[in-house]
Amino acid sequence: MSARTWRGLTYGVPLAFLALFFVYPLVSIMERGLSSGDDLAAAIDVLTEPLTREVVWFTVWQAVVSTALTILIAFPASYVLGRYTFRGRGVALAVVTVPFVLPTVVVAIAFLAVLPERLERGSAAILIAHVFLNVAVVVRVVGTFWAGLDPRVSEAAATLGAGPWRSFREVTLPLLAPALAAAASIVFLFSFTSFGVVLILGGPRYSTLETEIYNQAVRMFDLRAAAVLALVQLVCVALAVWAATRLEAGLAVGGWRGREQDVLRPLRTPRERTFAAISLGALALFLGVPLAVLVERSLAVGGGHGFEAYRALGKPTNALLATPWEAVVNSIVYAGGATAIALVCGGLAAFAVAGSRRGGTRLLDGSLMLPLGASAVMLGFGFVIAFDTEPIDFRSLPWIVPVVQALVAIPFVVRIVAPTLRAIDERQREAAAVLGASPGRVRREIDLPVAGRALGVAAGFAFAISLGEFGATVFLARPDSPTLPVAIFRFLGRPGELNVGQAYALAVILMVAVALSILVIERLRRDRVSWF
Amino acid sequence: MLRIENVSVSFGGKAALDRLALEIAAGEVVSVLGPSGSGKSTLLRVVAGLQPPDSGRVLLDGEDLVSVPAHRRGIGLVFQDHALFHHRDVWGNVGFGLRMRGDSRQEIERRARYCLDLVGLAGYERRSILTLSGGEQQRVALARALAPEPRVLLLDEPLGSLDRRLRDRLLEDLAKIFDELRVTALHVTHDRAEAFALGDRVAVMRAGRIVQVGTPDELWARPADEDTARFLGLNVRDGTAVRPEAITVRPVAPDQGGDGVVRRAVRQGPTVKLEIELNSGETLEAVVAALAHPAPGDRVQIEVDEHGVSELSVEGPKALHGFDR
Repeated sequence: MSARTWRGLTYGVPLAFLALFFVYPLVSIMERGLSSGDDLAAAIDVLTEPLTREVVWFTVWQAVVSTALTILIAFPASYVLGRYTFRGRGVALAVVTVPFVLPTVVVAIAFLAVLPERLERGSAAILIAHVFLNVAVVVRVVGTFWAGLDPRVSEAAATLGAGPWRSFREVTLPLLAPALAAAASIVFLFSFTSFGVVLILGGPRYSTLETEIYNQAVRMFDLRAAAVLALVQLVCVALAVWAATRLEAGLAVGGWRGREQDVLRPLRTPRERTFAAISLGALALFLGVPLAVLVERSLAVGGGHGFEAYRALGKPTNALLATPWEAVVNSIVYAGGATAIALVCGGLAAFAVAGSRRGGTRLLDGSLMLPLGASAVMLGFGFVIAFDTEPIDFRSLPWIVPVVQALVAIPFVVRIVAPTLRAIDERQREAAAVLGASPGRVRREIDLPVAGRALGVAAGFAFAISLGEFGATVFLARPDSPTLPVAIFRFLGRPGELNVGQAYALAVILMVAVALSILVIERLRRDRVSWF
Repeated sequence: MLRIENVSVSFGGKAALDRLALEIAAGEVVSVLGPSGSGKSTLLRVVAGLQPPDSGRVLLDGEDLVSVPAHRRGIGLVFQDHALFHHRDVWGNVGFGLRMRGDSRQEIERRARYCLDLVGLAGYERRSILTLSGGEQQRVALARALAPEPRVLLLDEPLGSLDRRLRDRLLEDLAKIFDELRVTALHVTHDRAEAFALGDRVAVMRAGRIVQVGTPDELWARPADEDTARFLGLNVRDGTAVRPEAITVRPVAPDQGGDGVVRRAVRQGPTVKLEIELNSGETLEAVVAALAHPAPGDRVQIEVDEHGVSELSVEGPKALHGFDR
């Protein structure tokens, strides 16, 4: 393959994919929301409705409060993991990360299981679930950043007469600010566009932009109102991203970045040990109990325990047009397809992004991140509007579900693979060329094996993300072939102990499947693989 | 025969190679000796096909290589700091070039084993690159480059990152291997001892040009100009180059005068290098046997053997500019 063809492929395939499946649906939403004449007046009607104002207000409020609570609750653990070294530190970091990769539907249903009935549906439940999902972001971002801060700076402050609290406020906190800002903006964005949690835990009273788009489109069949809300959401997200970038740039402080082994010190005094044990233990309880209760509830039968709910999964049910067990199979097939698409598109894009540093590359890099900003609901809704006639009619095309899931996964694939490709020493490629390897052969012999593990990790992530994808899939999955999260959602909408039990059981299965793919990722990260 | 004809390369307007010309005969080892930043690595990259020249030609046995891509040139390159493939074991590295040219499995096995034997690493086949010492990595890099029987072998500061004792040992091994295989090699280094030990001929390079080519003896006897003489470690005095070993030093009593005073005495293995400040204020370096040498502060009388003195040409290395065609 000539260098030209290869370049064309690495740029062409991802861009064509994005143009057709991301840009076109988004443009369709705009068209639907902002077309001329009385339609525009109707759009303004939607905007001025009190309900819209209420929804926007609640969306912003819950995102701000979720962010503040998450930082508050994650902070002690970030401090312990960012300042001390102890046996089990790596395990603690890994365990904290687990909730982050759990599907939102699973988290929502776990809190349904654990919260007292009074709190089950409402803003408190939403906030708690958001904290649960995002604690990992704060601990990882702030904790690892903290572990690179020069401890001598605080020591210097101490020799200058600053007490521990003073030194923390005036020295450590300003130094941590960039990491705190970065973590806060990620948590804010996730909470702002959170769908599954709000839809399940919000009940009929609490609605955010995301769930309201869904309500208008699916329950009210008011596509224009949904489109207008989607545009409001798009503007809000763009504003938030812009503000976050400005904030981080303003807070950035240069200076010494240490290696963890030089910075972290062992826990010495009993006070330090107690503090570490309490902050990590409390966090472990907060993260562990809901999941444990979820497993317990899935086994509850009447007063005792049994596998009733699991056994019922193979039988037809009034909640679905398929047996629940078929939903499990669907999910795996769809996620497999999505992973394949995401690996091809994201992998090729990673080659393009890593290959050069020209302006066009940065543009591609940036546009590949866009699906992250646009929410899953927006993608699903966009597909419904854009692909409702031949030749692409989402109702008759089963592969549309993997495509939309891949869209959500592609940014992760690029982010995982491109840095590995960039890190390859150019002289390795030169050495291969001098030894007789053609450019295509160099890619096969050098880039691919080195990136192989990253591709494996990316595949695991893509699979896990696709398995749990709910916001987009719920629009597109056909009633006779639901995925796991969709099936769980349908069961929750039906009364009856067995229906709820089956929802719990499916959530446990989904959790185990995601955990398995994460386990594969962790293995790939650690093992040294021989390639010859 | 490798012929480099008037090759120029510049980066951002700054010339790295300036109409450089050099010829290497079949089976000959030429060492290019020059300070860092003189364009040595660029020269190798041009020959290997990793850096296109702005102008000039590279001919191998009469064939112009400039339009031939690196992977079809059949030229081996030992990189500075090795550039080994960390994702492959020793065997995967050494056999790489053989696989590229489509050798059979048995042939790869035979040839890779032979090359590992040659560099003294028999039995290392399955070792991971990360477990090797610096010297072992260098040997693997050499075996990897030699395995596909390159028409010319290029070596870029091959011993640069190793400690002194290891360098001396590898230097001997390299010389032996080159002799045995009769390789045609172009080797660049900033280290005089390395250049003189490996090169059948040594080419002195400065600012993108070759200023002088000759056997080590020829260079030592007749350096082309003052800078070259200094770079080789000769004294420069009144338009002549004076070899430090051609100076005889005799201590004299403090009140007897003499020609100068010893400022420093540095032991270099079996010899001692003396830095002598002459009465005129000039500094002279002399190398003497270490049995009984004057100490710093001693006044000395010096005598210069005229066989160790050569005239320096005033115009410098005009004839070496390029091939006149």
